[in-house]
Amino acid sequence: MSALLDIRDLRKSYGSTEVVRGISLALERGECYGLLGPNGAGKTTTLRLCLGLTDPDAGSITLAGLPVPRAAREARLRLGVVPQMDSLDPDFTVTENLVVYGRYFGLADRTIRARVPELLEFAGLGNKAHAPIQALSGGMKRRLSLARALVNDPDIVFLDEPTTGLDPQARHLIWERLKQLLGQGKTLLLTTHFMDEAERLCDRLSVMDAGRIVASGSPRELIDDHIEPEVIEVYGDGAAEWGEEIGRRLSERCERTGETVFCYTRAARPLMQDLEARGDLKYLHRPANLEDVFLKLTGRDLRD
Amino acid sequence: MRIPRRRDWRPPRISIRFVHVWRRNLLVWRKLAITSVLGNLADPMMYMLGLGFGLGALMPEINGTRYIVFLAAGTVAYSTMNSATFEALYSAFSRMQIQKTWEAIMIAPLDLDDVVLAEALWAATKATLSGSAILVIIWVLGLSHSPLTLWIIPIAFLAGLTFGCLALVMNAISPSYDFFLYYFTLVMTPMTLLCGVFFPVDQLPVAMRAVAEFLPLYHAIALVRPLLSGMVPDAIPLHVAVLLVYAAAGFYVALALTRRRLLV
Repeated sequence: MSALLDIRDLRKSYGSTEVVRGISLALERGECYGLLGPNGAGKTTTLRLCLGLTDPDAGSITLAGLPVPRAAREARLRLGVVPQMDSLDPDFTVTENLVVYGRYFGLADRTIRARVPELLEFAGLGNKAHAPIQALSGGMKRRLSLARALVNDPDIVFLDEPTTGLDPQARHLIWERLKQLLGQGKTLLLTTHFMDEAERLCDRLSVMDAGRIVASGSPRELIDDHIEPEVIEVYGDGAAEWGEEIGRRLSERCERTGETVFCYTRAARPLMQDLEARGDLKYLHRPANLEDVFLKLTGRDLRD
Repeated sequence: MRIPRRRDWRPPRISIRFVHVWRRNLLVWRKLAITSVLGNLADPMMYMLGLGFGLGALMPEINGTRYIVFLAAGTVAYSTMNSATFEALYSAFSRMQIQKTWEAIMIAPLDLDDVVLAEALWAATKATLSGSAILVIIWVLGLSHSPLTLWIIPIAFLAGLTFGCLALVMNAISPSYDFFLYYFTLVMTPMTLLCGVFFPVDQLPVAMRAVAEFLPLYHAIALVRPLLSGMVPDAIPLHVAVLLVYAAAGFYVALALTRRRLLV
């Protein structure tokens, strides 16, 4: 069966700035695919292109077997979207939001109303069916946005930074629900800049920077392929000097951000022995994670 | 493969599901219907009754019609225009820019084309409700009894569509609510004063009259006024055609400019 989303050589410019510079990717059925990147990497523009909300300058997009943007409206019948900013209808209650939204898909009121309890249950909003939107917390609104994206029982769901701005409890609940969706065989496309989120959820992911995909693979592959397996973080007075003299010599790669030194290595023993012997520097020894890959690939500079 | 850039001016493509966007607005309106109708009625009623009785007592009949009846026709058309314009400016702008309602719809299987059409028809619907409410008051006050006045209801819809589409052009280019004030001072107020709401257009100098005859409100009034006096209007096809042309052109320009604004 063909991919639910197939993007080839996608390009998009605004004025003289090319914000998407030749992106290709294909989603397999039932997987969670992550698009990672710093702010301004082109993630949201890529999603907008896939939705047919803006036209590419070059390249092709096939969504649910249909060409986008030409047949984007029909392709979206099989799609659910959780936008970055909640766009719930403030004039309606929780249930009305779902019913009105379901109508946009051409669903009969009877069909939608039969689905509402199940959707509210899924979103943990079973006791909020008739609450006004203003009465919901940020986490509840996000969950309602997720429920709204499922009103048409889509094959594929786009999630644009679904947990940005949520507290840890709310984030974990969203993750739990997304795993349930994957268990039901749904395909997810997720943008995020939270590495723990990507590592937990994504089967495969691409790291984007400046409009390009700079690396792709499973979280494990990316860590294995792009980075040394162990990290020692050293902080406190004298950490910078220690990094220059010792860290740099005993590790494969040594980076500094402010007062913290990051040593990437395959053999942490000698570094730790040195730090133990000195005794005056605080340090943390940990396995490398996706965030290390991300920072290596996209740099440590601020993106504003 | 190279895909051509989206042409903002390509013809509209509509899905029948646009109806559900119109229904959405209707559902919101139903929650606030009483206050909304009262709000819509207050202003035109003041004009019609205040000027109609106050000024009307000092005025001769106009072409054999009492001044208050003459003014009533102008008020129906004027309130129709106002209602559609407010809906397509302030309310549509809220849905487009503030509440992100349009954005939510456009990630469902509906396009901007569907949204803009639904908004235009919704503005026409609001105008029909306002025009009809004034009409009921005209009946209650006994200012007209002719069954021909029932034709005013579809005319209110058509005029509402016209003014709604024109206002959506403004909506498409407006950076904020403040911008709409220009539309009222530069378009709505002159149109109200020139097109025969308060006095017959033939009182105006020839040049001003010529301008008035190009404006849509003039043609809406030309349809409504004879009907209120129980007469069939002259040149119906002309007046209807002018309103339709304004509506079609307004819709097309509004759609193209809104595409340019949102589909980037």
